[in-house]
Amino acid sequence: MRPGPAAPVLYGRLVSQSIRAQIQYRLSFLLMSVGHFVTSVVEAVGIWALFERFGMLGQWSLAEVAFLYGIVNVAFPMSEALARGFDVFGAQFVKTGDFDRLLLRPRSTVLQLAGHDFQLQRIGRLAQGLIVLGWAIVVLDLDWDPARVVLLLYTVVSAVVFFYALFIFQATLSFWTVDSLEIMNTLTYGGVETAQYPLAIYRPGFRRFFTFVVPLGCISYFPAVALLGIDDPLGTSRAVQVAAPLAGYLFFALALVGWRAGIRHYTSTGS
Amino acid sequence: MSDHAHWRAYLAIVTVRCRMLLQYRAAAIAGFGTQLFWGFIKVMVFVAFYASAVSEPPMTFTEVLVYIWLGQALLALLPWNVDAEIATQIRTGSVAYELLRPLDLYRFWFARTLAFRLAPTTLRMLPMLAFTFLLLPVTPLADWALPPPASVMSGLMFVVSVVATLFLSAAFTMIMHVTLIWTVSGEGINRMMPGIVPVLAGLIVPLPLFPEWLQGFLYWQPFRGMADVPFRIYSGHIPADAALAEIGLQWGWVAVLIAFGIWLLDRARHRLVVQGG
Repeated sequence: MRPGPAAPVLYGRLVSQSIRAQIQYRLSFLLMSVGHFVTSVVEAVGIWALFERFGMLGQWSLAEVAFLYGIVNVAFPMSEALARGFDVFGAQFVKTGDFDRLLLRPRSTVLQLAGHDFQLQRIGRLAQGLIVLGWAIVVLDLDWDPARVVLLLYTVVSAVVFFYALFIFQATLSFWTVDSLEIMNTLTYGGVETAQYPLAIYRPGFRRFFTFVVPLGCISYFPAVALLGIDDPLGTSRAVQVAAPLAGYLFFALALVGWRAGIRHYTSTGS
Repeated sequence: MSDHAHWRAYLAIVTVRCRMLLQYRAAAIAGFGTQLFWGFIKVMVFVAFYASAVSEPPMTFTEVLVYIWLGQALLALLPWNVDAEIATQIRTGSVAYELLRPLDLYRFWFARTLAFRLAPTTLRMLPMLAFTFLLLPVTPLADWALPPPASVMSGLMFVVSVVATLFLSAAFTMIMHVTLIWTVSGEGINRMMPGIVPVLAGLIVPLPLFPEWLQGFLYWQPFRGMADVPFRIYSGHIPADAALAEIGLQWGWVAVLIAFGIWLLDRARHRLVVQGG
């Protein structure tokens, strides 16, 4: 048998095919993107209104919270666009039995799902995240030496990897539950909501959960504190803050291990 | 059919759809867990904001608590999505069968839509109220529990106001359904609703906490009647004797939205292209 193209090449083809298909319906694509943009802008208005009313959130200013918000809202739509196959896995692959077809193909299931439906329309939310982050960076007037730029990029990439892992966990769960469960939204969309505010304002139990079980704080709050150059009210050192995003990669590795276990458990719905 | 028989037909549609939608119990349990989580996050954010308030906010923290928990309990009542079956009917063209029925299409869909809003709300509201009103007070988080209504009268007015909310929400959902007939732009409009509706209803930030210069606009828009009005009646932020006027305003908006929906459906029917064979 002639070997197919290398995995990255194949992935590239799947993505470009998906993008071309979406651009065919130009008006629809445009409206979807604008829809995502408007939705996320309106959400941000809520945070702005609260700062208008209260001035500060504890010791945090609007610009500092906007910085944190920006990082999360730049990373999350990228994960959402890239991990759509895992996001809809329960409803579109397990429930329907379509996953059998993926298993028959001579390629890894992770690769096939990663290349399924690259959602370009998330660019609307990404644009909003970039605008908020850009505004925060201008207002905060930080010293952007190369180290800080690298730290920001590394934080965003780690956050993308972390959210991607969450989508894989969500998909893995549907091997057992068959359909996609809304409870997982607590961790994906709920996670985004949680991470938009500084971890320090939450109760200790919540903080521990989002540091050690689902390391959401490790990819947003801790590196953001280092980037802002402020002291962490939770008392962590700079070294810990800079190392924290590595938890995102560990979480991703765990998600892949879980995925393998899920496949071994999989029995087709047979329809 | 006599007029009386018509009303029985519409009532039957509401009951049948409710029974069908009540089947999804597992989804309701999962939804409860999710909403509880969001509720706690919101409470913690407001605790932090209130702790650092420099001037007296126009709402007490207790009034905000009412707003948050009632918001979580009645979330499914908001018109943020469309009935997938009606959407499919329009896309596939089977809406043609609906037009053949000896029923008025607007009333027929409105009955379905009432059930579509009512059933999931009932399933989610009861556990949320039971948990936050009865269970939370006996836990270490008693400070975060849902307090009782400000008075008996406030409680009664709240119930009356929520009924208006149901009709208001169904009337708006109907407009969303009708826009689907303009396929592409309809879908675009419906995409934005989950973002816009919760903000204007007050579910993201309680409306009285928005800046003063926005209050005039926020008062004269229909979404306020979908959350802000009943929640503030419950907490007494709107006093019981002022509640009737507010409820009247809710019904005024119901009339406006229904009239607009009927007009829109009438226009849409002339351009309806039945797809497929």
